[in-house]
Amino acid sequence: MRHGKYPLIIVFLVPPLLLYGVFVLSPYLQAFQISTTNWLGYSAHADSVGMANFRTLLHDGQVWNAIKNNAIMLAVVPVLTIVLGLFFATMLNMGGRKGRAGVTGVRGTSVYRMVYFFPQVLSVVIIALLWKEVYHPNNGLLNGALRALGLPAPTWLGDPRTAFWCVLAVMVWSNVGFYVVLFGAAMSAVPRDIYEAVMLDGASRWTTLRRITVPLLWDTVQVAWIYLAIAALDGFILVQQMTNGGPNFSSDVIGLRMYETAFGSESKFGYASAIGVVMLFLTLSVAVLALRTARRDRIEYS
Amino acid sequence: MTTLDRHTTAEAEKSGAARGQDRRLRRELGVANLFSHGFLLLWAALTALPLLWMFLSSFKSDGEILSDPWGLPGALRFENWSRAWTEAHIGRYFLNSGIVVAGSLTLTMLLGATAAYVFARYEFRGRQVAYYLFVGGMMFPVFLALVPLFFVVRNAGLFGTWTGLILVYAAYSLPFTVFFLTAFFRTLPTSIAEAALIDGCGHFGLFFRVMLPMARPGLISVAIFNFLSHWNQFILPQVLMQGDDSKWVLAQGLTALAVSQGYQGDFSGLFAGLTIATLPVLAVYVAFQRQIQTGLTAGQLK
Repeated sequence: MRHGKYPLIIVFLVPPLLLYGVFVLSPYLQAFQISTTNWLGYSAHADSVGMANFRTLLHDGQVWNAIKNNAIMLAVVPVLTIVLGLFFATMLNMGGRKGRAGVTGVRGTSVYRMVYFFPQVLSVVIIALLWKEVYHPNNGLLNGALRALGLPAPTWLGDPRTAFWCVLAVMVWSNVGFYVVLFGAAMSAVPRDIYEAVMLDGASRWTTLRRITVPLLWDTVQVAWIYLAIAALDGFILVQQMTNGGPNFSSDVIGLRMYETAFGSESKFGYASAIGVVMLFLTLSVAVLALRTARRDRIEYS
Repeated sequence: MTTLDRHTTAEAEKSGAARGQDRRLRRELGVANLFSHGFLLLWAALTALPLLWMFLSSFKSDGEILSDPWGLPGALRFENWSRAWTEAHIGRYFLNSGIVVAGSLTLTMLLGATAAYVFARYEFRGRQVAYYLFVGGMMFPVFLALVPLFFVVRNAGLFGTWTGLILVYAAYSLPFTVFFLTAFFRTLPTSIAEAALIDGCGHFGLFFRVMLPMARPGLISVAIFNFLSHWNQFILPQVLMQGDDSKWVLAQGLTALAVSQGYQGDFSGLFAGLTIATLPVLAVYVAFQRQIQTGLTAGQLK
């Protein structure tokens, strides 16, 4: 374009860059530096201790316990969410009566889609507090039903054997709807005649899903995988609000460990930053790994 | 005669068998339909039931909640709502959240749109670097930055202020906003911009009077996305808005309500508070369903 564009570039670009640099870039960079100190936060005093924080971390049983829980989430949450998401999306997009020409969704598709998406617009805090009440041992929705059926009523979040799985279930619950809509959008981009041809050839639904839908949606599944993996490495708000890591650290996650280390009673900021740095590398390597293992040829519809 | 007879009976048997097979196939499909429809309904119930339960429980008395979790409220006790609104200060937190989100959303959209416009439409040195610097922020979890961010905000004298929250919200929303809007501005036709410049429109006038109105659909999608994420934000205020509880945002107020409910046993107040916090978001969602679903999923697909 013509002369006189530089005033605009400067006026338009400098304020966002400044804001971003001060509040986003500089903290990320400082985190690396703080992680090599023994800073206890509120005092100005901080000694450089090199890699000592990371060495402590290697032998910190609580951190490993939290990482173990995140690893379980990483193994379970994405698979479960994607399988449920694909199943429901398939039903909603082409579960309609066969035998007639065309491929349609079941009746009430838009209503289902609206309801499924509900948890996505709610604050995680609301979800956590609501489910805490649903799991309530005495007056919760769940135990109310179990008692009415004459079944034993467990304490759910109060029991170290079940607490973690209860939180994990809520994680899946709150995510499925989003992926139903995401996969649904991707499915509607697949040309209908592919499905009609498959149907004429007499393929069952299961074969269609496995041989046609999943390969065609692979790009989207991969994106879903990465986002869910990152979500599984977090889980901080849900755990903090529902169980606060308990009982007896059975549902602890790495994010909560870091938060407690920094803003809990001890305020070990150096050590907390070291945990944060480890988290960052875990997150990045999981994302890269997911990209690598899931890589396949791109499919383009002519 | 006999041969013909035999022939016809064979034919009849064959067609009868085919019909039987057809019927069996239909029945199987019917069972499959029933089965999968059942699953769809089950998940819809799983999603909607806790929310419905929360809504109904907000009208119950504590006695009703304790004695019969599945029962209906005996009367519409709006006093639960007013108690949550005034005594638990949900009303004030609601207003606070509104103020913060109004500020942060305006700032995000203004800075995001201007930066994205420059990235999309102007050539200058260092453009690529600056762009990737911005967009790279999408990859990292807020967690890593949490500890240093606390000090950045405190040193800037913004700890415990709405201004601090507004600036930080906006800074962390910029990566996605810039990413999304840059892609959007690139899709707008260049011919109109050139015509406007020839007609004597300045660069600033071009942006505010021509490009911004043309980008409205993209702006709306990303604004909805940011609205939800700012409104539901919890970690940032929890760290940056400790102390003075008269300035808290809604998510903090709800967790405080849950904590005090824990030892006061005011279940109905908690449910009323949760309902008050949920209803406006659900109302916005139902009204803008299509845009929200496409807005949120399009962000992940690109």
